[in-house]
Amino acid sequence: MKKPADAWTPGRVFVQAFLVLFAIATVYPILQIVTISLRPSDQLYSTSLAIIPPGASLKAYGVMLFEKPFLLWMRNSLIVSLAVTILGVTLASTAAYAFSRFRFAGRDAGLYLFLMTQMFPATMTMLPLYVLMKNLHLLDTFAGLVVAYTATALPFCVWTMRGYYDTIPYELEQAALIDGCAPWEAFTKITLPLAAPALSITALFSFMAAWSEFLVARIVISRQEMFTLPLGLESLAGQFQTEWANYAAGSLLVCVPVMALFIALNRNIVSGLSVGGVKG
Amino acid sequence: MLRAPRAFPYQLLLPATIVMLAVVLFPLGYSFWLAFRNMSLYHFRVHDFVGLENFRLILSESVFWTLLAKSAAWTFVNVFFHVTLGVLLAILLSGPVRGKVLIRTLLVLPWAMPQYISALTWRGMFNYEYGAINLILKQWLHLPPVPWLSDPFWAFVAPILTNIWLGFPFMMVVALGGLTSIPGELYEAADLDGANGWEKFTNVTLPSLMPVLVPAMLLGTIWTFNNTLIVWLVSNGGQPADATHILVTFIYKVAFTYSRYSYAAAFSVVVFLLLLGFVVYVMRRTSAQERTA
Repeated sequence: MKKPADAWTPGRVFVQAFLVLFAIATVYPILQIVTISLRPSDQLYSTSLAIIPPGASLKAYGVMLFEKPFLLWMRNSLIVSLAVTILGVTLASTAAYAFSRFRFAGRDAGLYLFLMTQMFPATMTMLPLYVLMKNLHLLDTFAGLVVAYTATALPFCVWTMRGYYDTIPYELEQAALIDGCAPWEAFTKITLPLAAPALSITALFSFMAAWSEFLVARIVISRQEMFTLPLGLESLAGQFQTEWANYAAGSLLVCVPVMALFIALNRNIVSGLSVGGVKG
Repeated sequence: MLRAPRAFPYQLLLPATIVMLAVVLFPLGYSFWLAFRNMSLYHFRVHDFVGLENFRLILSESVFWTLLAKSAAWTFVNVFFHVTLGVLLAILLSGPVRGKVLIRTLLVLPWAMPQYISALTWRGMFNYEYGAINLILKQWLHLPPVPWLSDPFWAFVAPILTNIWLGFPFMMVVALGGLTSIPGELYEAADLDGANGWEKFTNVTLPSLMPVLVPAMLLGTIWTFNNTLIVWLVSNGGQPADATHILVTFIYKVAFTYSRYSYAAAFSVVVFLLLLGFVVYVMRRTSAQERTA
């Protein structure tokens, strides 16, 4: 250590200023939604740049929470997204472990196949997917959505988990196996806890894949009471002129659970491997 | 590598494989089949095998090559800014910064926003008269307003700006995750060797980030190339006059506005083969580098 960590060198001031300005610029478009959600209905067209518009009112939030089926949409979205998170993390952590720790016939082909699934333009998987779900009676069910979303999130999750497992030395598992530990136990008791940061990324990614998806949801779900948040909010945005403030208010309310989840997982993502006592 | 009963890795893979087969491989196969037929609105129930006719049509039209160039530009510019901004911010955030948690949380907000909401909000911000961007240009910087959504060039820049904003937080989170797995000893050793900040970045940080960044970049490239939603919503379906399309939004329009299903399927097969070639090329190169390193 040459300098004390908390000295305000010119470089550090510059970095701090850059980060603060960048964060403000990043948040600005979201502040725009705040502004629009607070705008009274007679000021749809305004050239004011004020964050809090003149005559601001919270009416749109009240309308969303108490007059629109917004809470129902949120419940539906939470059910789907949490199921996708659990399923995605389970499937990705096991599949990636096989890819990282074992040599077996079809290993490389399997890894490539996971990647290849990302290459087809989503547009053309939708029509066949619709036919498949219709035949399996999965239309207008959450199960259909959950399976579809898990499949979209899996390739990335498998690759991330595999990359992370590769950085964890496998000597501990090897020793445990030699001592007669079952392979499944070695995986769940030794490797999985060490992979917590990657598990957080996988969980967050699976959740987001389900939370914001619109195009597949529109095909699978048609009954109003099954609407997820994107479908519900889009149905408001359809009547753009009259409901724009309601729509903006709803959009902001949508971000709340996501932010909560991210902050909860964030500690895990960044604290990293410092807890684990394993050194290669 | 670990030793375990031969069936163990397959048991681990089974659940994931079943899901992928049902939801991804069946539709892919069906689309390939469709690409060689003439299914459209007029031939929906009864359609015939037409061989390579759809592909001949696509490759003989100049629109394909124009769209390919625009898709390439769209992908390169986006991924370049996603990765550079993401890695830069992650590194700055892992240094001594006040309010680190707050800044990090704010920077991730674009990712937390549902994309369709962001796209529609940005579209509002690009409005010529009432949009925040032109108002800022006029009122704060005293610059002339930009015809964001009516001029073909700016109408293509607008979705790119939107998508850069959407995409950098993901790369930042990936890079942050990668940074935590770098042992502090490596930096201490670099300090002992008298390395400066840039040398530490190129010799320690970047190589250690690569195992996490390379798959993220590869997938980021594919996602960006295949991103229909942003261009579609920000330019309102390719306006003005279908001048802002990239390959995938064009396919979307052909499939769902003009109902030329088989033509669209063939188009997406071409896009798929392009991306496949790209990925195989990149993987060959990175594994060749690993072997020589």
